[in-house]
Amino acid sequence: MAEEKTAAVSNTAGSRFSKAAKIYFKENLGIIVALLVLCIFLAVNPLTSSSFLTQKNVFNVLRQISTNLYLACGMTMVIILGGIDLSVGSIIAMSGCVAAGCVSRYNLPLAVALLCGVLVGLVVGMFNGYVISSTTIPPFIVTLATMNVAKGLAYVYTGGSPVRVVTKEWQFVGAGYIGPVPTPVVLLVIVLLVTAIIMNKTKLGRHLYAVGGNAQAAEFSGISVAKVKFLVHTYSGIMAGLAGIVLASRMYSGQPTAGDGAEMDAIAAVVVGGTSMAGGSGKIGGTIIGGLIIGVLNNGLNLMNVNSFWQYVVKGCVILLAVYLDYIRNKKSKL
Amino acid sequence: MAEEYLLEMKGIHKRFPGVLALNNVSLTVKAGEVHALLGENGAGKSTLIKVLGGIYIAEEGEIFIEGKKVTIDSVRASHENGVAIIHQELVLVPYMTVAENIFLGREPMKGRFVDSKKMTDDAQALLDANDMHISADTLVGSLTIAQQQMVEIVKAISFNSKILVMDEPTSSISDKEVEFLFETMRSLTAKGVGIIYISHKMSELEQICDRVTVMRDGEYVGTRVVKETTKDELIAMMVGRELTNYYTRDFLKPGDVVLRCDHISDGRMAKDASFEVRKGEIVGFAGLVGAGRSEVMKCLFGLTKNYKGDIEIEGSKVQIHNPIEAMKYGLALVPEDRKLEGLYKVQSVRYNSTIEVLGEFIKGIFVDGAKEEEITQKYIDMLSTKTPTQEQLIGNLSGGNQQKVIIGRWLATNPKILILDEPTRGVDVGAKSEIYAIMNELVKKGMSIIMISSELPEIINMSDRIYVMNEGNITGCLSRDEVSQEAIMKLAAN
Repeated sequence: MAEEKTAAVSNTAGSRFSKAAKIYFKENLGIIVALLVLCIFLAVNPLTSSSFLTQKNVFNVLRQISTNLYLACGMTMVIILGGIDLSVGSIIAMSGCVAAGCVSRYNLPLAVALLCGVLVGLVVGMFNGYVISSTTIPPFIVTLATMNVAKGLAYVYTGGSPVRVVTKEWQFVGAGYIGPVPTPVVLLVIVLLVTAIIMNKTKLGRHLYAVGGNAQAAEFSGISVAKVKFLVHTYSGIMAGLAGIVLASRMYSGQPTAGDGAEMDAIAAVVVGGTSMAGGSGKIGGTIIGGLIIGVLNNGLNLMNVNSFWQYVVKGCVILLAVYLDYIRNKKSKL
Repeated sequence: MAEEYLLEMKGIHKRFPGVLALNNVSLTVKAGEVHALLGENGAGKSTLIKVLGGIYIAEEGEIFIEGKKVTIDSVRASHENGVAIIHQELVLVPYMTVAENIFLGREPMKGRFVDSKKMTDDAQALLDANDMHISADTLVGSLTIAQQQMVEIVKAISFNSKILVMDEPTSSISDKEVEFLFETMRSLTAKGVGIIYISHKMSELEQICDRVTVMRDGEYVGTRVVKETTKDELIAMMVGRELTNYYTRDFLKPGDVVLRCDHISDGRMAKDASFEVRKGEIVGFAGLVGAGRSEVMKCLFGLTKNYKGDIEIEGSKVQIHNPIEAMKYGLALVPEDRKLEGLYKVQSVRYNSTIEVLGEFIKGIFVDGAKEEEITQKYIDMLSTKTPTQEQLIGNLSGGNQQKVIIGRWLATNPKILILDEPTRGVDVGAKSEIYAIMNELVKKGMSIIMISSELPEIINMSDRIYVMNEGNITGCLSRDEVSQEAIMKLAAN
């Protein structure tokens, strides 16, 4: 019922949207409806209605989902390629610890420290990309290995305890504001724009879909399959490095336990966003909605004081439901 | 019912959407004979075998085994009726032993556990009984192709199969191994097994086969006793269709040589190919599947690393290392297997049309969407591709329209020499005729086309000259006056 109504609304309003926006809504109709239903539920539910739609809470949700969406930007491209990147969670830990260490142990300037954090991600990403593009070892295995190595190095570097940084400037990236907007959200907008431009406006973006959709055909087209794989995994690493410094900044410390399981949330956002694990198709626009659904759901469960153990259960069910609805829709459109 | 036949298939009809794949086909096999099934590619041999194997179910027709009418509606039913098929691609599990493969799914049990010892012993007994010097506990992956075939045969015998189908078993094994295979086949027929033998190699017929059935265009042509027929008669039966007149071709005088290839070889499938192509000419490449035609073109297009031989384009010698360089020299290749090598199935017609010429409308991060649409539309119009919109996913178009999009994709690169590898495979008759007309237009404008095709009428009617390949070598070049289906088949089957 809800779906039909929204379809009608988007049709009448359609004339005002540009052609691209129309396609965007059509492609993502299912998850947009799911997100709206979730928001409406939280806005009218007496338990949450007083707090959910406040400016503070909205920015809070956006800040919470920002790190996940950085990862998801890289992950979307990796999954379109037909691969997976399991190492991003561990890169968060490693990059956060290195950045914090640069400040507290070596007294390096903040900007250099943050850059070092991102560089950690870049290097791990390049390594993933190099091995995946020059061998036939599956990305799952390669990134499973680097996931363990990066995590281990983070523990070795810190000796297992957080590297604390207690300066006001340090907090700016993760907990600060630019005007009324939290810094991570500003960064998120930039990251999303850059990713959208790469995916939709560059040759690399086109080649990405070609390699993911049919690597053999891409070879016949003279596309350098290895180069595309290398660049995409490097990008995913950079995104994870960025997420690492933002998280370390928000937590006043680099922690070797940071980012545990973050790769799974990123994969969930991508998959809920309609990108096929088989590769070759998917859009960053879908991933944004996927990330929002997961973020709003987390926020709503917190506002309703749902026991955190049960939150996992609910989250799992919602992911399955979202993907199942998408499966039904695709099946219908194929017949 | 004649009791003399081990297997009798009568009046088999099999329809696929839009095609009648088998039209009233009959096949009889006697106990203890090797019966050859002969026909061009697409004649319906495989379909008939799949009906016998329970993979396809025929709409009409009857099957009798040892005089009893049987219903084969599943692979299991086919096994139960004593039919075993050895496919061209072997279907053994490489990481399991010979014994495990032979008894896969029906392992001898001791209580709740697999009795490995009994399994290995039983398998070894079977191997020994058939004079096969293979140890039952070797991993299948470590055997040669020929040995794996032997394992498949033993597996078939262990089912007590009465009818054994072998689909081109000699296509990938050496002459010596072929000899051993034939010996094994003879010892099987001596035990009363009937063998259906599919092969393209005419010379093997005389060596091993007793009778032969010829199929053409999904129809039964006739059955002959091998000793009482001739190669020429069989070839005539295979190709004897009437040529239809949907070919458009104005033969003009070709221009200068634009491409000369000397002794092209990839060290495997392509052994020695020398040929030349003139401006405004359609040059056909005929031969059987696996003759190395596509492999030669892959060398030419930079898809094969370390090929040997010289390539000369418009008089100057060139080295081609990758497709980008090939495109710079004005080459374009529409690949043989559209699904595997051409289509980006989950992407739009527009995406698929423009992937080779992104540089024409993407500068850095600026995409000229209007230009992109214009290029796409140009080739949709030129090839009269039927698609509702440019955004339509290419996977939803018909085979013919998919092929037109792929041809358009390569025409967009403005090639001087267009290589079409099986351009009309899986394309319906109407679209085929349109593709021929387009080819004619292109060569009239001065383009050169190399066309690989396994369809003899097509290649004969469209080509100025035809090179014939056999086992990696060019065995002849036929001009328009010399060409006939028989002449091509003689050079191709050698």
